[in-house]
Amino acid sequence: MDFLKDKAAIVGMGIYKFSKDSDLTETDMACRSIRSALDDAGLTPDGIDGIIVYAEEDYDDIDITRAMGIGNMTYYGDVRWDGGASCSMVLRAAMAVASGSANYIVVVKSVNDASLKRVKKDWGELRSWPAAQETFYNPYGLTSDDGRIGMNVRRYIHEHNINSDSFGWVTQVLRENGAKNPNSMFYEKPVSHKDYLESKIKVEPFRELDYSCPVDGSIAFIVATAEKAKRLKRRPAYIMAGAQSMVKGTQFKTSYYKSSITDLHATEIVAKTLFEKSGVTHKDIDMLQIEDEFAPLVPMQLESLGFCERGKGVDFIEGGDRISVSGELPVNTSGGSIGEGNLHGMNHIAEAVNQLRETSTSQVKDVEKILVATGVFGPTSGLILRR
Amino acid sequence: MTFKYIPGIPLVHPVVDRCNRGFWESINNHVLSIQRCQTCGLRLHPPRPMCPRCLATNMGWEPSPGRGVVHTWVNFVYDRAGYPGIKCPYAVATVELDEGVRILSNIVEMDPADVYIGMPVEAVFTDVNKELTLVHFKKRDK
Repeated sequence: MDFLKDKAAIVGMGIYKFSKDSDLTETDMACRSIRSALDDAGLTPDGIDGIIVYAEEDYDDIDITRAMGIGNMTYYGDVRWDGGASCSMVLRAAMAVASGSANYIVVVKSVNDASLKRVKKDWGELRSWPAAQETFYNPYGLTSDDGRIGMNVRRYIHEHNINSDSFGWVTQVLRENGAKNPNSMFYEKPVSHKDYLESKIKVEPFRELDYSCPVDGSIAFIVATAEKAKRLKRRPAYIMAGAQSMVKGTQFKTSYYKSSITDLHATEIVAKTLFEKSGVTHKDIDMLQIEDEFAPLVPMQLESLGFCERGKGVDFIEGGDRISVSGELPVNTSGGSIGEGNLHGMNHIAEAVNQLRETSTSQVKDVEKILVATGVFGPTSGLILRR
Repeated sequence: MTFKYIPGIPLVHPVVDRCNRGFWESINNHVLSIQRCQTCGLRLHPPRPMCPRCLATNMGWEPSPGRGVVHTWVNFVYDRAGYPGIKCPYAVATVELDEGVRILSNIVEMDPADVYIGMPVEAVFTDVNKELTLVHFKKRDK
């Protein structure tokens, strides 16, 4: 049996509300989401002895712990690469509590993606990415994720002879879910497949309604051992397995040099690892919370995660029924990054916890096991959580 | 509808370092050069400090005829979606060169909407300003 299986759980969760303009620093939002998570778990700052933060935003673990009076830390660290980081941070926390490095670990990500408008900064000072990435893409105007990922999606459409109209079913279902979620940027604002078809092309092959929604906001989790979890007030979300993958030739969303640029090789490895370590099979998975920075990534991941054959992802989403809340394999029931707001995968984990606690705004009955996978075309991470 | 820079907007210049200098110096002389491991012969792009096949560090440069086909491409249609220094619409393509490596650049001298996967292309050199020369690609006859 895998060492880590069921050894740790998410015992607390806090969300600082999504908005277009938080008017707060990322550190401030991080502290507020951690405060909610402590409250949710029934813990105080004195009980926290570990912290894991996302590495690339404008905040540091020391600023958060100092602000909140958290001391006696015995574990700290940070993780990079957007969705490639989110499930990784929870996995790392699980490993740390299971090994006894710390007892209660805070995992937090905070972003001002909507108000900061990083991409509108002075282009001459755009220096956040590795030199190779900037140098061989930015001078040609390939400076944003739609262009970067559009490359792979265009090739995917070509190789499988896909009618891109089908991607609109993803948007319709996710906006339907988001419309029921008061934390969503699109609360009570569903869109139809017809709206998708009428939405304008921004960066071909993407229409406007293929895009996820950048937000300001923060999400924090608290991770503890399964034993400690039983003594806390909320129903634990047990971590059956966690996985990371960084494959040969990886660049961050610009890995265009491998023989195939359409297979999500890292996602395949994450899925294989998760199933092996958890001992469960595809049939045991009740729903998916998966990367949806752009709508076509959903059918692509359905294939790479092994829920349908290569090239058949679009058949799976056609009409939207199978991935809807009442379908055989509900996807992104909070709305995900398209229908709720893009917190780089932390939002997907939060919704998995809500489903397992039976507190989702699109609750599915008798949910026991959920697969979460975040990040594509770069470092990728995943979790299987259970009740 | 062909590729155009918008005057007066500063462009992101390449970050030239020890590893990629050979590429950019060659481009300034209107020659496309591709990095090649001098030990095992593996061709690489973008440049790296070490050969991922044999771990040698004696990387050299080999001129490329600059002929290839479009492997995939995107079209920045919407005027606020793209890079402010380039007029929308503009195409960015992944080009697979005849020698087997892929390189990213713009497709110039045609309407970006008419680019297609498999389109044969050849390298052209654009002196953007006094300090910056870039390699671009244009459609070629078979």
